[in-house]
Amino acid sequence: MSNNALLNISIFGVFVLVTLFVVIRASRNTKTAADYLAAGRAFTGPQNGIAIAGDYLSAASFLGIAGAIAVNGYDGFVYSIGFLVAWLVALLLVAELLRNTGKFTMGDVLSFRMRQRPVRAAAATSTMAVSFFYLLAQMAGAGGLVALLLGITGKGGQAIVIAVVGALMIAYVLIGGMKGTTWVQIIKAVLLIVGAGVMTLWVLGKYGFNLSTLLGAAVDNAPKFGEKILGPGLQYGATATSKLDFLSLGLALVLGTAGLPHILMRFYTVPTAKEARRSVVWAIWLIGIFYLFTLVLGYGAGALVGSDKISKAPGGVNSAAPLLAEALGGPLLLGLIAAVAFATILAVVAGLTITASASFAHDIYANIIKKGEADDKEAEVKVARRTAIVIGAVAILGGIAANGQNIAFLVALAFAVAASANLPTILYSLFWKRFNTSGALWSIYGGLVVTIGLIVLSPAVSGTPKSMFPKLDFDLFPLSNPGIVSIPVAFLLGYLGTILSKEPADPIKQAEMEVRSLTGAGAEKATVH
Amino acid sequence: MSTAEHTPTDSAPDAQKWVDVQNSPDFAQLKHRLRSFVFPVSGLFLAWYLIYVLLADYAHGFMSTKVVGNINVGLILGLLQFVSTFVITTLYVRHANKNLDPLAEKLRHELEGDAS
Repeated sequence: MSNNALLNISIFGVFVLVTLFVVIRASRNTKTAADYLAAGRAFTGPQNGIAIAGDYLSAASFLGIAGAIAVNGYDGFVYSIGFLVAWLVALLLVAELLRNTGKFTMGDVLSFRMRQRPVRAAAATSTMAVSFFYLLAQMAGAGGLVALLLGITGKGGQAIVIAVVGALMIAYVLIGGMKGTTWVQIIKAVLLIVGAGVMTLWVLGKYGFNLSTLLGAAVDNAPKFGEKILGPGLQYGATATSKLDFLSLGLALVLGTAGLPHILMRFYTVPTAKEARRSVVWAIWLIGIFYLFTLVLGYGAGALVGSDKISKAPGGVNSAAPLLAEALGGPLLLGLIAAVAFATILAVVAGLTITASASFAHDIYANIIKKGEADDKEAEVKVARRTAIVIGAVAILGGIAANGQNIAFLVALAFAVAASANLPTILYSLFWKRFNTSGALWSIYGGLVVTIGLIVLSPAVSGTPKSMFPKLDFDLFPLSNPGIVSIPVAFLLGYLGTILSKEPADPIKQAEMEVRSLTGAGAEKATVH
Repeated sequence: MSTAEHTPTDSAPDAQKWVDVQNSPDFAQLKHRLRSFVFPVSGLFLAWYLIYVLLADYAHGFMSTKVVGNINVGLILGLLQFVSTFVITTLYVRHANKNLDPLAEKLRHELEGDAS
């Protein structure tokens, strides 16, 4: 396949040039912090909905889920259902209320009626933690993808490509800010969904548009598992522990989305709560349709490429979608799909970087160090840009270190942290009158410590041949995904922290937050240029 | 209220206004309309999702039962999760447009109109 490396690089190069052009054009009006960090709040609901789909449909969704279905059958499908149903939490409980009460970051909402400095510091810490796990997953995915598409199998060569991806991403964020990043997401989402749609129709066409025939062909080409790929249990059904792990994963997926800072931040790029609602509706339809495509693509890769060939390919399970593209349309389609997959990683990484840097600039620099008094918006943007460079560098180094780790697994960990540290605090802040500063700190830091602690003590990190440190053995906690323990614990800690504290909630701030969240009075408006 | 510790967002109406609106019957009505929709529906879809995950996790035989051709119960239930998600989304948007937005807008105008 390395013969096609040049073709793959050229197609990807075209994508980079086109998006850089768009980013530079989009950045011409970027002046204030609202421009740089929230795209002037000027995107429409549908535009932002497409961008959300772009942010959300990461390499883990496209390559990971299609691959999981191709090799392990039905269990991969459950991932996509968790990722989709999760959006109802965002739609019903979070998106609009958050848009009405915040400015740039999750910390705006969590600290609204609390003591500012400690809660903002906690929110920024957790934003960084989730973004870091998510970044690692994407950068690790870039390494594997390169192995497959460019035929670069040496770790050194892959490290160089990861560094190039990181540098490009930093350029997007520095030049374009939130507006440029949003356009990159939109372009990428359209390419990804159209590309997957064309492949889906193509695969279905080969089987007379009959899903049952396609499934039969996938069974025939799976000598090891046969009929079993159509039912659940292949990946997680072996033991009682692995079944519990599956349940834990399912919980983290469905409750994590509405706590992902880079998704929450997207709601600030639209002018009103109603547009935030429209963007979620667009996102739900696009993401849902895309996951239906991946179902066909996964079984299609099983049928047309074969699960054995996929497992043995460089890049392993993640190579199912690109190999299917090659089987369908030869090197050209492979090049196109490969470029789309690269673009996916690039765009998601850019979205994560701007979120983490916004949280540092807005929560820590402007509100904690400058105590919210220095209204020097230019300084906030400057700090955000500098932070983006630092985060980009950390992501490059982390990505090189995490190269080879399973993408979907790393993303699931990011979801577990988001579901434990962020979601309980967001829901309590919005819906529980008595919730106070101490409750917020307990649920954020408690959720964070319990989740990361359990991950460190899990078999994913040590004790088994597949672990990060296979030679060490401190896996005291049996599950690789901590959600089933850490999510209820974080909810409980938020409750206990609140009722055990002597400091009552501020009733006037609570009134202001509740009225603003429901009516949109006093919400940040779009900037006019 | 300590202004130094809190976000200086009180640009529009003053503090007492927020409390007054919070205690008004219109706002109580808006809050009731929102919560009486989103809380039960959230409970419902989370329960339905949990049942699905538990079936996929512990009832392999049932989920693998074939219904039409190679289409089994698991695939149908999985696709029904997509359907229920799309249906709930549509119902919520209809509810919000019809029952929430007009009331929220009225309250917003009262608040922001007073401020100017």
